[in-house]
Order: sequence, then structure tokens, then C-alpha cells
Amino acid sequence: MKCVLQHSVLFFLALTFGSAFSQTINVCENCEISSLKEAISTAKDFDTIVVKKGTYKEHNIIVDKPLTIIGENYPLIDGELKGEVITIVSDHVTVDGLFIINVGTSYTEDYAAIRVKKSNHFIIQNVVLEKLFFGIYLEKSSYGKIYHNKIIGDAVEEYNSGNGIQLWYSNHVVVEHNYVEHVRDGIYLEFSDDCLIKNNVSAENLRYGLHFMFSNDDIYQDNTFENNGAGVAVMFSKHIKMLHNTFKENWGTASYGMLLKEINDAEIRGNTFEENTIGINIEGSNRIIYKNNNFINNGWAIKVRGACYTNEFLENNFLYNSFDISYNSKVNDNVFNNNYWSNYTGYDLNKDGIGDIPYRPVKLFSYIVNRTPETIILLRSLFIDIIDFSEKVSPVFTPDNLMDNNPLIKKIIW
Amino acid sequence: MVSIQNLYKKFGKNQVLGGVDLNIDKGGIIAVLGPNGSGKTTLIKSILGMVIPNKGDISVMGKNIKHSSDYRYQIDYLPQIANFPSNLKVRELIKMIKDLRGHTTEDLQLIEAFKLIPFLDKKLGNLSGGTKQKVNLVLTFMFDSPLIILDEPTTGLDPISLIQLKQLIQTEKNKGKTILITSHIMSFVEEVSDEIVFLLEGKIYFKGTIPELKTKTNQPDFEHAIASILTNNHA
Amino acid sequence: MLKILKYSFFDLMRSRWSYVYFAFYLLLGIVLLFLNNDLSKAVITLMNVIIVLVPLIGTIFGVMYYYNSKEFTELLLAQPLRRSSIFLGQYLGVALSLSMSLILGLGLPFVFYGLFKSNAIWDFSLLLITGTFLTLIFTALAFNIALSNENKIKGFGYAILLWLFLAIIYDGIFLMTLILFEDYPLDKLSLVGTMLNPIDLSRTLILLKLDISALLGYTGAVFKQFFGTSFGIIVSLITLVVWVILPVLRILSKSKRKDF
Repeated sequence: MKCVLQHSVLFFLALTFGSAFSQTINVCENCEISSLKEAISTAKDFDTIVVKKGTYKEHNIIVDKPLTIIGENYPLIDGELKGEVITIVSDHVTVDGLFIINVGTSYTEDYAAIRVKKSNHFIIQNVVLEKLFFGIYLEKSSYGKIYHNKIIGDAVEEYNSGNGIQLWYSNHVVVEHNYVEHVRDGIYLEFSDDCLIKNNVSAENLRYGLHFMFSNDDIYQDNTFENNGAGVAVMFSKHIKMLHNTFKENWGTASYGMLLKEINDAEIRGNTFEENTIGINIEGSNRIIYKNNNFINNGWAIKVRGACYTNEFLENNFLYNSFDISYNSKVNDNVFNNNYWSNYTGYDLNKDGIGDIPYRPVKLFSYIVNRTPETIILLRSLFIDIIDFSEKVSPVFTPDNLMDNNPLIKKIIW
Repeated sequence: MVSIQNLYKKFGKNQVLGGVDLNIDKGGIIAVLGPNGSGKTTLIKSILGMVIPNKGDISVMGKNIKHSSDYRYQIDYLPQIANFPSNLKVRELIKMIKDLRGHTTEDLQLIEAFKLIPFLDKKLGNLSGGTKQKVNLVLTFMFDSPLIILDEPTTGLDPISLIQLKQLIQTEKNKGKTILITSHIMSFVEEVSDEIVFLLEGKIYFKGTIPELKTKTNQPDFEHAIASILTNNHA
Repeated sequence: MLKILKYSFFDLMRSRWSYVYFAFYLLLGIVLLFLNNDLSKAVITLMNVIIVLVPLIGTIFGVMYYYNSKEFTELLLAQPLRRSSIFLGQYLGVALSLSMSLILGLGLPFVFYGLFKSNAIWDFSLLLITGTFLTLIFTALAFNIALSNENKIKGFGYAILLWLFLAIIYDGIFLMTLILFEDYPLDKLSLVGTMLNPIDLSRTLILLKLDISALLGYTGAVFKQFFGTSFGIIVSLITLVVWVILPVLRILSKSKRKDF
């Protein structure tokens, strides 16, 4: 924290100090300076470059001094598919209001529309990116902000497409209010700690809406992940907070709202999982608190694949899921308490709002479907109801201690 | 009018009709007689197309009845047991049959004759057997068809209605119609019929007038003649 | 045929059973909507009712109507009417009056609830369509049973058996088969198995709407094609139509050869 403060004070000082002496350089098609590259080479540190509306066919623009580049009415920077468009290699660079298209595609190099390389205190905002390979690529660059950008790709195949926003060894970055669609991974974090991913929409991406690897102490909140190839994957990370996100319509044989793999000590609170094939797919994740989440109309609300210990599921709403919980073993070390289950058929005679008989969220049929997937076609058959009922009365195949002892009678509203 | 050739019918193992040949000419009253289970009703139902014969041909007014239903416009049929849909009213039933078969005005006269007016708005399920039979008769006689088939028409009728029935049969006969009757009441048969057909074990045992039957069996009266056929055959 | 249909239909409309049936659905609709106040839950409960009860009622009612209207049938047989029109008329009379009780009984509470403004209208219409199909199919099957059995008790027995088999036992056998042969590719087998039972078929049709997210969890290519596109709905609907036509054809051919 101290470190952040120090940096921002420095940044602020630099800005005020700089602006007192800085000049503005205009770039337009008929001006004296008609290209961004030219403007950068003539500019001094902390100058502002204003790019007027027009089309600028440029690529490999290297920003090597602290500059503010502002586009007026979204000037078009056309990379002509020749390679990377803007590469930032200096601290304190702001890029604002550009419309960048035609980033080159390569199988050996990850060309990006905007790359920040080993530089801190950058701001990239109000940028529109289309026809891209990688969108915004942060490489060992920290203390920056990626705000209110729109990234619209046209990815068809995973192998020759890139990610919308990628963070690699970049810490303390805020990614806020961005819209990413039709790329490989909407937002990708690898080895990036203490980042805040907030209020973004990531939809229709080929693979993941959000992809987390080896990144700790991050928060992502109020994001919407919709209709992505596989959903959101959070893997091999610690102390992640996932708050108030929406995971919707991630449909397909290997799709889920969220995949947790080797995640420890996380907090998952206030999220909505709606109409996903699997709401949350959990593997090898421990000490996670699931609280106040909504699971609505999913195929499987939660699928536990094994090696998950001391997790707590408290005060969630499970509404009209085909299966609430699926387990593949008879062992259970997780706690379910005070949830609302729309499939609960018990009663509440003492009117305290808590069902008088426990609810067993794992059905025999979900065990059968795990074993023989084709049997899914018998879902909601009367025969299945009968065998589920008999399993409920005396559990044989499903963990007999897995139950919610205090199921709520009414849906929780918060 | 009706011609039957080589008619066979089996119900399960039970051979009911075993090669019936019968020609009924136009005009006159023919009674079909025989002991219980001799195949009278089966024969009639075959003519009506309700029973499908195993073998043989039936033609009505020169046309083969197989796969046809329109020939039944030429037939008025009085079924043996008057069972009607019980939650229909008498008026509705008459209206329905008229709707299905075509228009007629004869029904008013018949209703009057059988004194059915007070029953018109009653449900058929609540009527007595005799009243039902009267309704049955109205339904049969209200159409003007050249062939009339009556299966046990006297069942449950009071004497006055019986007289009316006989009159009705005579009037229809005088119009030149062909009337086919089955009955157990020998006196009735003797009184109305011109010719009798005697069925025995699925075959026609005798066909001719009553005097001819008496001569053949050497018996002074009709009832005895019938009885003698039965005893002789069973002996 | 239309005349027979008309008389059968009105005859049934006046009978107490139609009212009972209608009242039952009306009550069910009201209870589900106004006491529960949750449309999604109501649709799921309704599905269970439609899949289980509609076939049962269709079968029992069909058999009952046939035996009860024997006299009426005999009366009609002596009239200049084709057999096919008599039986088709009666069949449609029963099936349509049952369908009407179902549609009105469930439809009215939903209309009052404000269904037309809700987006559950498609799920709900699909429920009513499958319900109507099941009524048509099971009434036709019931007529088949009744036509082939003069003995009422036997007829009712077979009718109940038919329902038990298609509603429960079939799925049990189906499940066992799938588990026994789990080492083999079962995509096609399971889809064919569904097509062969009208109850399963209707269930699948509704699942395609309600539980599509769960159904898409399975990998098989045939499944994916079936569930992932409107192909599944089209094939299911066509098969349901075939399921109506086949028993009706048998009613016609059976009635042509039957003695009364």
C-alpha cells in the first residue's frame, strides 16, 4: 500500500510539473505533422499529442517518452495487418480515444493493438479496437489503468487468435468498464497480483471470458461474463475475491460459468450463475466461502470433481437447476447451511423460516449421469423421481452426510 | 330385394351361420324364426353390415353391400335391445337421427300415435323398457325406406301399442315394402307374416308360407309345427 | 364424421367427468400460480402433471367412453354411416373434449395471471401442445384396447398396464439398458429409445425448453445435433404426429373388421 501511495504521489507531481511546461502537438491529415510517429519524435516529455479525426496508416509506433496521446472524434489508426500498432516503452503514458484496426497476425509473435512493455503508471482509456490479434497487452508493467475500452474481435479459431486484455507479470493494475467480445480470452491474467477487475463485460469469446493463472490477491467484481466458449477459468491462485459478477449462458459440453482449479482461500460472494451448463466446476479447491450467490436454471449448479475440502456454502439461492450439486465420490468434507433450494419439498411446522427436515442436494440420478452420461435423456422421468426418492430415504451411492440441515423456506433476497 | 349367397360366420370356435342361401323378393312380410342361438340376429346384422361375414355375398337391391354404407338408406332397422345413450333426451335423439339420415316429418305422427309427447324432454336413461321400445319404433318407422327389419319388435309393448304396431306393419306392407321380422311370439308371427324362414344351426331349414309348413310337418297349427321341427331335429 | 364428432363432443361436454377434469386443471392452475407465485416453478410442476396424468386420464377416459357408448355405437352402425366416420368421430369427440378441458382448465388461470405479458408463454404453449398430443395419442391407444377387448374388466386392466408400462417401467428398462451397455456408444440408442415412447418423447420436447443447459452437458455428436439445434424439436414433433396417426389407423382397420 505504501508503495502505491508513493508511486501515485510521484506520478501526480510529474504530471503537474510536466504540464506547466508541456505543449500540445496537433496531428491531422493535412497538418504540418500528419503522422503519429512524426508527432512522437518531435514531442518532448510530458507533451500532449492531439490526433484529429482522419485515417492514419501506421504501425510499429513506439512511444518512448511520457506522453499523452488523445484522439479527437476517434481518429482511425490502421495497422494494415503489418504488425504491432502501438508499443509503449516509457512510464507515464496515456492513450485516449483512438480507434485502432488491422493488427497483424503472426504465429511466432503476439502482435497487439497496444502493448505496454516494462513501463508503469500508464492509462489506456476510451480506445476502440477492431480486427485485432491481441488487444491490450501488458508485459511486466504495473500501476496502470485500463479504463472504458471497447474491444471487438472476429476470432474464429483458437490457434490463430489472441486475447482481448492480457496481463503478464503486471501487478496493481485496474481493469475497469471495458467491453470485450469475439476474441480468444476476453481478459487474461498470468502471474499478476493485486489487480482489480471491475465492471467489465466479456462476451462471446472463443475460450474464456476471464482467465486467471498463478495470480494472487486479485479482486474481480461486478463483471458480466456471457456466452463464452467455456466460461471463466480461475486456476492455481490464492486469496482471490469474486464479488457480484454475473455468469450467463455458457453452454456446451465442456462449458461452465466458472472453473475453479487449485484455488485456495477464495471468497465467492453475491454472484449470479444463470443458464450455464455447469454453474461452478470445482477441482482441488479448499477453504473457499460461497455466500449469497444465485444459481438459476443451470444444468448443474455446482459440480464437485474431487479433492475439495473445508469449503462452505452458505445462504445461497439454488433455483430451478436440473441438478443442484453433483459429487463423484462418497466422501464429503464441505458444509452446506442455510441455503434456499427450489427443489426442497419439506415443511416448516414451527414457522421459523427453516425447513424441519434436512435437504439432500445430491441426487442418485446425478450419480448415474456421471457414470453413464447418455442417461441424461431420462431427466425428470417419473421412474427417475422414484429412484431419487428411495435414495433420499436411504442413501447408498451418495454421501450420506451431505445435506443442508437448515434449508430455508423462502428465497433469500438481499 | 335381398339376396344372400353361401353365407358363413364364425364367432371364435362357434359356427353361427353355415352356408345360408336366401332370396327375399320385393313386397310382403317375412318372418325369420329359429331357436335361441340359431343365428337369426347374426343373419340380420350381416344384412345390416354390423357383422362382417367370413364368407359369402349379400346384396341389397341388386348391389353388393361389401365396403358400402349408403345402401343402409334403403333400410329401417329396429334393434333387439333398445339401448340408447342414457344422457340424451328423447327429442334430442330423434333430432340427431334425423340429422344423420335426412329430413322427415313422419315422426310427429308416430310420436302422437305412441303417446310419447310427455316423454320428449326426459332422458332416455330414465325411461321404462316399454317406452324405450316405443321410441325405438318411432325411430324405425319415421323414414320411408323400402326395406324394414324388425328384431323382436314386440318386446315390452302394452296391448294397445301392440295393435298399433300391427297396424303400422300392415300400412307399410300395403305401400309395397319388404318387411323382415324376427320374433318369439308365434301368434304374432302367424298373424302378420306372409312367409317364414326357419333357421336351425346356422342353416335354412325351411322357407315358405305357414300353410306349407303345416303340411310339411303334418301339424294342425303353427306353434305345434314349429315345436315338431325342433323335437324331431333334436331327437 | 363431423356430425358424429359433434354429438360425441356435446355428449361428453355434458357429462360430469368433463367438468371434473376441467375443474381439476383449473384448480391446479390457480393453486400453482396464485399460491406459489412463481412461474418457473409452476411450469416445472405442470410438466410433471402433464407427463404423468394426461396419459393416464386419456387412457382411462378413452376406454370408459368406448364401453359406455356401446349402445350409441350400435345405433349408429345401423344408420347409413361409414364405420370409419363413426369411430373416428367418436375418437375425436373424446380426444378433443379432453384436450379442451386441459387447455381451458390450465389456460384460463394463466391468462388471468398475465401470461401474454410474460416470456414463459412459449414454455407454456409447448406444455399445452405436448399435453394435447399426449391426449390424442393415449385416447387412440385406449380405443385400440377397447376395440380389441369385449370384456370391460380386461380392457381397463390392459389400459392401466399400458400406462404403467409407458410412464414408469419403460424408463426403468431403458435406464438399465443404458447402464449395462455403458461401454458402447449409446447416443443413437438413447435417442431411438426416446422416440419409441410417446411419454419420453414429450418429456424430451419439454426438456429441450426447460433443461437445455443440462442436456448440452453431454458430448456425443448425435446428442449435440439433436439438442443444440431446432432439429430436435422438429424431429420430436414429427414423431408425435406419427404416434397419433399409427393408432388411429389401427382404429380404422380394426373397426372395419369387427362384429357388433
